[in-house]
Amino acid sequence: MTPWLFSDKGIMCLKSNNIIFAYSDKMKSYRYVGMRLYSTSKTVDPKEMKTFKALAYKWWDEQGAYAPLHSMNDLRVPFIRDNLLKTVTNHQLESPLSGMKILDVGCGGGLLCEPLGRLGALVTGIDPLNENIKTAQQHKSFDPVLDKRIQYNACSLEDIVEETVETFDAVVASEVVEHVNDLETFIQCCCQVLKPGGSLFITTINKTQLSYALGIIFAEQIAGIVPKGTHTWEKFVSPEELESLLEPNGFLVQTITGMLYNPFSGYWRWTENTSLNYAAHAIKSSAPVETEEHHTKTPGIDGQEASQK
Amino acid sequence: MAACARLTRALLVPGATLGGPRLPGLRWLSGSVGPGQAVYDVVVAGGGMVGTAMACALGHNVHFRDKKILLLEAGPNKVLGKLPATYSNRVSSITPGSATLLSSFGAWDHICNMRYKPFRRMQVWDACSEALIIFDKDDLDDMGYIVENDVIMSALAKQLDAVRDQVEVVYKSKVISYTWPGPFLDAETSPWVQITLANGRQLQTKLLIGADGHNSGVRRASGIQNVCWPYDQSAVVATLHLSEPTDNNVAWQRFLPSGPIALLPLSDTLSSLVWSTSHEHAAELVSMEEENFLDAINSAFWSDASHTDFIDSAGSVLQYAFTLLQPTNSSARQLPPSVAKVDPKSRTLFPLGMGHAVEYVRPRVALIGDAAHRVHPLAGQGVNMGFGDISSLVRHLSRAAFNGKDLGSLSHLTEYETERQRHNVSLIAATDLLKRLYSTTLSPLVLLRTWGLQTTNAVSPLKEQIMAFASK
Repeated sequence: MTPWLFSDKGIMCLKSNNIIFAYSDKMKSYRYVGMRLYSTSKTVDPKEMKTFKALAYKWWDEQGAYAPLHSMNDLRVPFIRDNLLKTVTNHQLESPLSGMKILDVGCGGGLLCEPLGRLGALVTGIDPLNENIKTAQQHKSFDPVLDKRIQYNACSLEDIVEETVETFDAVVASEVVEHVNDLETFIQCCCQVLKPGGSLFITTINKTQLSYALGIIFAEQIAGIVPKGTHTWEKFVSPEELESLLEPNGFLVQTITGMLYNPFSGYWRWTENTSLNYAAHAIKSSAPVETEEHHTKTPGIDGQEASQK
Repeated sequence: MAACARLTRALLVPGATLGGPRLPGLRWLSGSVGPGQAVYDVVVAGGGMVGTAMACALGHNVHFRDKKILLLEAGPNKVLGKLPATYSNRVSSITPGSATLLSSFGAWDHICNMRYKPFRRMQVWDACSEALIIFDKDDLDDMGYIVENDVIMSALAKQLDAVRDQVEVVYKSKVISYTWPGPFLDAETSPWVQITLANGRQLQTKLLIGADGHNSGVRRASGIQNVCWPYDQSAVVATLHLSEPTDNNVAWQRFLPSGPIALLPLSDTLSSLVWSTSHEHAAELVSMEEENFLDAINSAFWSDASHTDFIDSAGSVLQYAFTLLQPTNSSARQLPPSVAKVDPKSRTLFPLGMGHAVEYVRPRVALIGDAAHRVHPLAGQGVNMGFGDISSLVRHLSRAAFNGKDLGSLSHLTEYETERQRHNVSLIAATDLLKRLYSTTLSPLVLLRTWGLQTTNAVSPLKEQIMAFASK
């Protein structure tokens, strides 16, 4: 059990890891001893949760610690939206995802759930950390439309697998698989909750020397783009490894594309190179499913194509 | 009135702190607001030409079909039951770019069915010299359109009515206060903008668009600073009858030392006058007898009293040089049609000034139209800049809506701001420069502007660039 201390000036020290966050805003000082360990779960890593717990209330500050995740929405929401639109024949442009049920695993503060909800989907967001769910719930409560479309649950994926077999049109695991303990079980659970022909969207970080240098050393330790201790290089997943886990477990990989973050502008962009961040789209293959390659530009988007694998 | 720069300071509420950059408003909520109130996605404050066009454009936008939009206007509904026979004295020059925007949601068709006047050519010349510049399109296409403001408003109001399911309009509504959420959100404070009307009604919105004119209440309440100064000029407007009917598809503007005088075609027999001059002269013009007024106008256009020999000879030297280089390019000075009558109640005046908001956006607020920028009418760009703002903002909001983003998020609002400030600042600076350059009779400056104007007239690519920039 590691005691956490918040001093009056708002400097928090995580003693076991010697990580120091400095906040200059007014902040209530409070003491928080001990830590709730979650029930043993094959996929949730308790150490990971420690780091996220400290930042639970910072989710919705668009220029704060989670700014890169906010701006990643500019990439991942169109990615999800456009790939899901390919599976429906007619849709209204003003509510493109209406009628779809989406599960966001590891939803955090609900950063991705809310845009998907605004596009008309019925979103279920799950996260093992109670604080995150509380933040997410509080944030959506002010918007009557989102309040009805999104529900949150503090649990892990395995907890809900039994009740939600073949319920969802899409499962989104964005920036999550690099934090889970047992990726194969995770993927199998995703497969179980998806309808046949449903989509799985994953965004994660590749396990390369470049990702160690830029993703861990530069982003975390030098520039502070990502809060320290967020990532462990050993748990990064390469696209090949991901594919090799997806294919035997009932998925057909449709797309893998790289994403690149520009820390100066704060914007992400798509790129051919997957050695840092990448996004993957796979379809559950139990029912006959189209696997033709598509090169289409969706109306309303400027210049973004869904590229082939 | 002394022309001096002054910065408008926002109201300071005791106890509030200015935390961090880009925080809207110095007044923020301390308590919660009732949960049962409807949350609008966009509220447009101000129902003038630009505000109504904004609400129309959003209402007709395909990505906004499931969103709730509200337009707040302090005045009454402006749909013209029947088009009045007399022309209104407030007209605007509409560029092809603005016409495209208006036709994108069907308002241009209404204008065409009412009345408008296209013009094909524009002649701008100096009172102190022979220099002139003529703008026209090679293919004799319409350069722009002169439309009465009332006609534009009526067309917009009709199109707004066509989407009344999505766009709610509240006429005769006066806003008492706007309040933004503070920087540190907690469980009780609503993250939306709170608006209180004079009749006690309270609204919440995710994005507030300020289109309430150059004395914008939205701009004041959000704490955005405004760089502004009054010009020592007022504009006199009137509707004039020409001596004889003519094709009347030319817009005329002459720079007098006291200010530019412009004659804009309204029909084959009517033209609209916009004469910017000193406050005293403007007051005189409005109150003098009709005959004297008409004489003043005609002589302002025709008289060469301000010419000096020195400038004349210097100008003709350069003109001769250009004629040698480009013998085919002839720009003989034409005279505008003479005016014989003025509509009795159409003479009025209004003061002029310059203004530009330092920021166009803050979290959950965006400024468009005169709330963001105010310019001298000499370039005919005021409302066109506003329509340009609308095009840009609608495009960014549309994309944001299709991406499921929170409409009040600063990330796409700053993209709109950058795009429009780049265009508007250059245009305002150029207009202000022209105004100052042409307000003097000092020989060196007159010489400079004479030669400059002649050169610009001779260099066609330069003229085309200017026209392209001004037609957006």
